[in-house]
Amino acid sequence: MMRPETEAALAECVRGARGPLCITGGGTRQALGNPVTGEALSVAGLSGITLYDPGALTLVAQAGTPLAEVEEALAAEGQMLPFEPMDHRAVLGTSGAPTVGGMVACNVSGPRRIQAGACRDSLIGIRFVNGAGAVIRNGGRVMKNVTGYDLVKLLAGSHGTLGVLTEVAFKVLPRPETCLALRIGGLDDAGAVAAMTVALGSPCEANGLVHLSGPAETWIRLEGFADALKVRAGKLAALLKTRCGVSAEIVEAGPARAAFEGFRDLAWAAGRPGDLWRLSVRPSDGPALAARLRAAGAGEIVFDWGGGLLWALAPEGTDLRPALAGPGHATLLRAGPETRRALGAFQPEAPAIAAISKALRARFDPRGILNPGRMG
Amino acid sequence: MDMPIPDASILTRKPQIVARLEAVLPPGAVISDPMETRAYECDGLTAYRCQPLAAVLPASTAEVAAVLRICHEEGVPVVPRGSGTSLAGGAMPTADSVILGVARLNAVLETSYDDRYIRVQTGRTNLSVTGAVEADGFFYAPDPSSQLACAIAGNIGMNSGGAHCLKYGVTTNNLLGVTLVLMDGSVVELGGAHLDAAGYDLLGVVCGSEGQLGVVTEATLRILPKPEGARPIMLGFDSNEVAGACVADIIRAGVLPVAIEFMDRPCIRACEAFVHAGYPDVEALLIVEVEGSEEEIASQLARIRAIAERHAPSELRESASAEQSALIWKGRKAAFGAMGQINDYMCLDGTIPVSALPMVLRRIEEMSAQYGLKVANVFHAGDGNMHPLILFDANQPGDLEKCEALGADILCLCVEVGGCLTGEHGVGVEKRDLMSVQFSPDDLSAQMDVKDVFDPGWLLNPAKVFPLAASETRRAGRAS
Ligand SMILES: Cc1cc2nc3c(=O)[nH]c(=O)nc-3n(C[C@H](O)[C@H](O)[C@H](O)COP(=O)(O)OP(=O)(O)OC[C@H]3O[C@@H](n4cnc5c(N)ncnc54)[C@H](O)[C@@H]3O)c2cc1C
Ligand SMILES: Cc1cc2nc3c(=O)[nH]c(=O)nc-3n(C[C@H](O)[C@H](O)[C@H](O)COP(=O)(O)OP(=O)(O)OC[C@H]3O[C@@H](n4cnc5c(N)ncnc54)[C@H](O)[C@@H]3O)c2cc1C
Repeated sequence: MMRPETEAALAECVRGARGPLCITGGGTRQALGNPVTGEALSVAGLSGITLYDPGALTLVAQAGTPLAEVEEALAAEGQMLPFEPMDHRAVLGTSGAPTVGGMVACNVSGPRRIQAGACRDSLIGIRFVNGAGAVIRNGGRVMKNVTGYDLVKLLAGSHGTLGVLTEVAFKVLPRPETCLALRIGGLDDAGAVAAMTVALGSPCEANGLVHLSGPAETWIRLEGFADALKVRAGKLAALLKTRCGVSAEIVEAGPARAAFEGFRDLAWAAGRPGDLWRLSVRPSDGPALAARLRAAGAGEIVFDWGGGLLWALAPEGTDLRPALAGPGHATLLRAGPETRRALGAFQPEAPAIAAISKALRARFDPRGILNPGRMG
Repeated sequence: MDMPIPDASILTRKPQIVARLEAVLPPGAVISDPMETRAYECDGLTAYRCQPLAAVLPASTAEVAAVLRICHEEGVPVVPRGSGTSLAGGAMPTADSVILGVARLNAVLETSYDDRYIRVQTGRTNLSVTGAVEADGFFYAPDPSSQLACAIAGNIGMNSGGAHCLKYGVTTNNLLGVTLVLMDGSVVELGGAHLDAAGYDLLGVVCGSEGQLGVVTEATLRILPKPEGARPIMLGFDSNEVAGACVADIIRAGVLPVAIEFMDRPCIRACEAFVHAGYPDVEALLIVEVEGSEEEIASQLARIRAIAERHAPSELRESASAEQSALIWKGRKAAFGAMGQINDYMCLDGTIPVSALPMVLRRIEEMSAQYGLKVANVFHAGDGNMHPLILFDANQPGDLEKCEALGADILCLCVEVGGCLTGEHGVGVEKRDLMSVQFSPDDLSAQMDVKDVFDPGWLLNPAKVFPLAASETRRAGRAS
């Protein structure tokens, strides 16, 4: 395994590569995506926060920096990464330290994504090494920047196939003083999505909306200053009563926070057998999709993002993609190599888009050595 | 400013090209009479002008595709245009190009409050998108000051922002999908009403690509429920440093205002003289606006007031009514008009890390003295987007050139302190030749690689964004 300590050394590794490279950050993803074979190139040696300017809400870190280190530094200043990245070690049964580079390469976001945007929305600058070994910079460390093309977005979620990220810069936000949740019991999928839709359509700024279909529990999180939050929760509860006829119980900060950490990391699916699918659709399509997924064999289904993100456990090897039947996409998050090979981790792209993706790969990685095959 | 020499073979083929375009578009949609194409000779950057070969105003995605197919076959450059309010010359034509205006594409196609999106044709103006959903309690967040006139097409082309982006982000953060017509006439759908489509974020690169990758004809936009209310507080300080420190302290205290505007003394004086908003005569003025319910507004303003008082402001005025709020905003909103009353001016648009603010303002003052040209500053302090206004006299020979040189110096300073050349107006032709200050040849090459993929013949808005020397071989069709 190659483990360069500087960006220049990393570029040298890429330039000198004779065959495919398998890029690793914390290496917590070995069982994810389409399988890649190649010589391991670890980015973990490029570690450390290079700049943190709390008054300007910006943080820059080397790509191999453990995510935990970044989150600690932010917490010390009462700030946070708005997109609430999940920690998927429990659900995948892996160990290691997730890195900020890996998080960006996979565009990892959690429940707050529905209100605060995805990882890509907070990412404001990058440095990366392309497949020819050239160091490229794009974006910067300021929030507003329209200088040239936004390659920052292109690289976010490119799973290491367009470049090896060496540095990432984020727009961060103040961490809310506290949180509260409304918990509603006994709703079916349609009722739950209706309630979550009412919350999202109100000015209450709900920023976590999860429905567990098994125990029939619906959770809506509110965040802000303690004094104002109680009032807001009361208003939302009253609104849910009049608009949906449901009664919500108010859950205090401690248990609410714990519950949402569990939702973020898919605690409910940890240690349980079966393939794990992740489906993104319009929230209003969620309940009907859930019904089709069950008909196709899915067991437990959990809704996030107000109904727009469905997590589904299914018996090994079951193809849930045909259930989509409309706009959206289905990603295989956890499955054995056989299934991943047979079904592909990612939703197949329309031919015109696939052609553009392929041409971009050929430009950024002319020798085809960066995580070849990971994205198809 | 240099532009490539127009292709003579295109100029001589004008009748044939116009005839082909007329054959696929309804009557009146092709404009080729030089009297009428004059309306398209420039955008908001009026210092540079050129008449296009022709202008076309298609009314559907299919018509846009037909136009592009013809121009592709004829090898004619195409310059997409929304409302032409770009301040960077992004929609400025060349003599051998066809202007493709989307003004007739202005329908609302679909609205879903349950899924919180609206799908529109891109010729629709920014403000009229909010207009379409306002009665139901929703709004479209990005709010450039030009929102009454500018089109969603141009907002996507420039990734435009507005006063409220500290909280709501810019266009790219509110854009869910587009219908994109490529230069060869093929139509692709990127993104859609669901979040985070799999695959590369092509939508993210198209946004802000200044009409160089494809023509956007439809857009799916995120809409948000309107906050219950909003209220500003006005703070005056005797020094820029202290005002800058106050901004940082507000942010660090966990309050996230929707807007923090900063004005320096020359700007305050000009605005006050123009609209009589009752501004104090201070070194620096901050307008901080918060939103939410009545309780939330009160609690946030109390926090801001406490922080501000630690910095001993010479003025602290919290709005107590809608009239007072309007008055506080009145001067700020009239800033550009106010400056225009006194002088010709050039409006810059650079970004800096907020922490560098006092130093940058000091340096600008020094440079202003060196050049003998006054500079006034209005500033979105929450996100570091500066708009220095350089005052000059257009009738004074040599003044414009001096003004441009000072402008370039200020933008280079922005880059030097860790910021960038443009925060919201775009590169266009205006900053094209400064790009090498911010980017290395490899950085620029990676961006141009993307253009090669979407538009291998470099026919879409080709002479913009990249320094002409850097793009020369690619424009000559030797890409691939
Ligand atoms: C198909 C798929 C779906 C996923 N869905 C979700 C989800 O919905 N929510 C969620 O929270 N998590 C999701 N993940 C998990 C996510 O991969 C991990 O949370 C994150 O990658 C952990 O970082 P790491 O440092 O361990 O990266 P690794 O496990 O080492 O690498 C992750 C991926 O990023 C690449 N990579 C790592 N570092 C770099 C770098 N510096 N430059 C370029 N590429 C690099 C790797 O080659 C690999 O492809 C998903 C992953 C995959 C593959
Ligand atoms: C008084 C004033 C105030 C302003 N305030 C702000 C502000 O606060 N924030 C801000 O960000 N900007 C501001 N601007 C700049 C300008 O309004 C924005 O850049 C706006 O988004 C341009 O929109 P437009 O429709 O006029 O686009 P145009 O000027 O017509 O075009 C802009 C760019 O987009 C491309 N383009 C146009 N249509 C398409 C299409 N269909 N497909 C692909 N590309 C296309 C063009 O080729 C060009 O490069 C201001 C301008 C003025 C005059």
